[in-house]
Amino acid sequence: MPSVIEHAVGRSVSRKDGIGKATGRAIYADDLSFPGMLWGRTVRADIPCGRVRTIHRAFDESGFTVVDFRDIPGKNVIALIEHDQPCLVEQEIRHATEAVLLLAHEDRERLLAARVDIEYDARPPVLEPERSSVVFKHIRIEKGGVDAALAGADLIVEGTYRTGAQEHVYIEPNGVIAVPENGGIAVHGSIQCPYYVHKALVTLLGDAVSHVRVVQTETGGGFGGKEEYPSTIAAHAALLALKARRPVKLIYDRSEDMVATTKRHPSIVRHRTGVTRDGRIVAMDIDVLLDGGAYVTLSPVVLSRGTIHAAGPYRCDHTRIVGRAVMTNTPPNGAFRGFGAPQTQFAMEVHMDRIAESLGMDPVRLRELNALTPGDTTATGQVLGNDCSALETLRRAVKQSRYHEKRANVASTGRGVGVSLFYHGSGFTGSGELRLASRAAVELTDQGVRVLTSSTEIGQGTRTMHAQIVADALGIPYEQVEVAQPDTSRVPDSGPTVASRTCMVVGGILQRAAAEVRRRIGDAAPGDYFRANGPLRVEAEYEQPEWIRWDDDSYTGDAYATYGWGCNVAEVEVDPVTFEVRPLRLTAVVDVGKAIHPALAIGQVEGGTAQAIGFALLEHVVMRDGAMANGQLTNYTIPTTLDTPPIDVTLVENPYPGGPFGAKGLGELPMDGPAPALINAIRSVGFDVREAPAIPEVVMAARRS
Amino acid sequence: MRFRLNGADVDIDAHPMRRLLDVLREDCGLTGTKEGCGEGECGACSVLIDGDCVVSCLVPFAQVEGCSVTTIEGIDAEPLQRAFMDEVGAQCGICTPGMIIAAATLGANPTRQEMQQALAGNLCRCTGYEAIFRAIRAAKRQGGAPAAAADAGR
Repeated sequence: MPSVIEHAVGRSVSRKDGIGKATGRAIYADDLSFPGMLWGRTVRADIPCGRVRTIHRAFDESGFTVVDFRDIPGKNVIALIEHDQPCLVEQEIRHATEAVLLLAHEDRERLLAARVDIEYDARPPVLEPERSSVVFKHIRIEKGGVDAALAGADLIVEGTYRTGAQEHVYIEPNGVIAVPENGGIAVHGSIQCPYYVHKALVTLLGDAVSHVRVVQTETGGGFGGKEEYPSTIAAHAALLALKARRPVKLIYDRSEDMVATTKRHPSIVRHRTGVTRDGRIVAMDIDVLLDGGAYVTLSPVVLSRGTIHAAGPYRCDHTRIVGRAVMTNTPPNGAFRGFGAPQTQFAMEVHMDRIAESLGMDPVRLRELNALTPGDTTATGQVLGNDCSALETLRRAVKQSRYHEKRANVASTGRGVGVSLFYHGSGFTGSGELRLASRAAVELTDQGVRVLTSSTEIGQGTRTMHAQIVADALGIPYEQVEVAQPDTSRVPDSGPTVASRTCMVVGGILQRAAAEVRRRIGDAAPGDYFRANGPLRVEAEYEQPEWIRWDDDSYTGDAYATYGWGCNVAEVEVDPVTFEVRPLRLTAVVDVGKAIHPALAIGQVEGGTAQAIGFALLEHVVMRDGAMANGQLTNYTIPTTLDTPPIDVTLVENPYPGGPFGAKGLGELPMDGPAPALINAIRSVGFDVREAPAIPEVVMAARRS
Repeated sequence: MRFRLNGADVDIDAHPMRRLLDVLREDCGLTGTKEGCGEGECGACSVLIDGDCVVSCLVPFAQVEGCSVTTIEGIDAEPLQRAFMDEVGAQCGICTPGMIIAAATLGANPTRQEMQQALAGNLCRCTGYEAIFRAIRAAKRQGGAPAAAADAGR
């Protein structure tokens, strides 16, 4: 082994998947074809609430495979947290895009032309979360005595803040191919969490198959939109494939993807905050309402992260946060980058500016006075360590953006400037990581080592960053580390690729597995050792840091092992005639612990910021009769090159000792801050906006004069 | 129907009203051209027709008769492709072939505004476009001269 090997961690090494993507050779789900393959199609309900009375197949059925709920060999559910969501409608319809019937045919034209008429007994739907009486999940976080503290405050500031649904718009729509194999079924697809799909298929298919194998193909973006939904598509494709005994490709077109799949939970958050005249927060009373849609899916955990983050990165001895996720007759809302935290921190950060206005205080000064510092406790009572960087990110962003100078010039330039301070817990909430008990492995090859995890590369750089961590833990060149394609028959369950956990949590497990390999092979090069001694595979499991304490019943304790911290400054121009908002510049200062790959880390911040600009200003899901009415990219607009301003990123590295090389979670953090910073910038030029997206109609209605 | 595809004369038998995108992917086996929306909004299916960047999901196959079509598999844009790798201009990669096709139409040392205009029809959901601009700047600075890609027929 060479004596000096350049460290991979901390360098922007070449992406493992760069060449395939730059040449168009990378293979995505729709690029795959299997002999005898059929095309699949989903026939959906088109009322939001009611019962199916009759189904009439008004087409020539020759050559068709038709599947309904009676063809399900196991349980008719999409297994997730609860078993309440059916795979196929039996009678009851709870939302307007529920799958009723599945069709497959080898001729796509005939498949698309097949007409199915469904008659219903319709019932009035519940479409407004405020009017729902069905609560999926209720959470209460309480610290100190809020009511007494409010009574003693100099000033109470109240407000209600709203955010809308948001569509992920990964540029590759959802899709899978199900292939019968040796008495079992394989599903290849665009998937964030192969083992979620595996669990759903095992529950659905029961003893009808000898095995289930889930293989992730190259995936064209996820952002949470391919966390739980692929279980449904895989279930549908698998049922068709098993009945037809042929491979079935089920790829959504853009419109079906936008209308039928999950969105970010719309939110309504109410704040009552007690402050002293000199700007100290003494009490926070917060109510969080999330629209869960028709089935439970992930709403309980989205609510959990949302409520825990609802008090923002601020010190307050008396805090009460009450959260509810409720049912409506709309397609289930689901995971989306940030997972509840962008919604609740939007409310907190816009509210902070309104508190500053009430006190006649500079918004930065108010945040400086109240920002969490090491030794302070969060709303759940977690005592923060030295890995807390709220003040540092705030001060650097303010300086870097020349915030004060620009703020002073708002009146003369007409250009607004706004700030937001935010944080994001890394990994699963509370005892979630302990329950997951994720595993990851490293095995020797004749060229070096291979990384085996179910963590998926969805653009964020999983393969590259895991290989860097393993290379340095083993002391071998980065080029000698390969990363296996996630295939549930070959890789251990490393948990889902979500929750900003892939680097910090799974990377940490890999670091330990690699260290054990190094201990066993000594100074030998892995390839040499393999050739001399044969295969060696070391699997490691997640180990929770000893100090973590969490109580699920009282919602107190160490909600997350660590947090990423960030501050945004946004500059905008508001058109006085059209009320369109043009973002001019976004400054982002974020603490990532350690940037394993600086260019990838900066890419996460830039990309998350752009996605949040869309959330703040452009992306408006119009719901009509319980379904998305603007399910096209023509009238649901995401930021183009012309809508995206320069994004100025500074990485802060305040290490988390429990993360690989000090790394914290990063993927979701950049989604939390830009929306409130932008809305606060709009507020600074005289519009009392309290919701997102701030489309021109909203801005116009919020004129103060 | 005869046309030039990535520099070679080809004769493909397909319905004249099929989308060029489908003919390229299904009949020619060139899956580097991606479908993102099917309505001409996202640019993932961009190809060059006689040097112009077009969205192949909106082009009926009949329209390319006698034309020269260049896809990501045939484009002569190695500096751009290398720069997209080095600068992490590709994250999930699904927009990347279309981005590279669109970027290939740019001249040397493009300004930010020129890049914004040239790529305005190509959506990326991962990068916020900054890394794509960095890649293009690096590639167009390296070569100095306009990329040969504009000469679709080669």
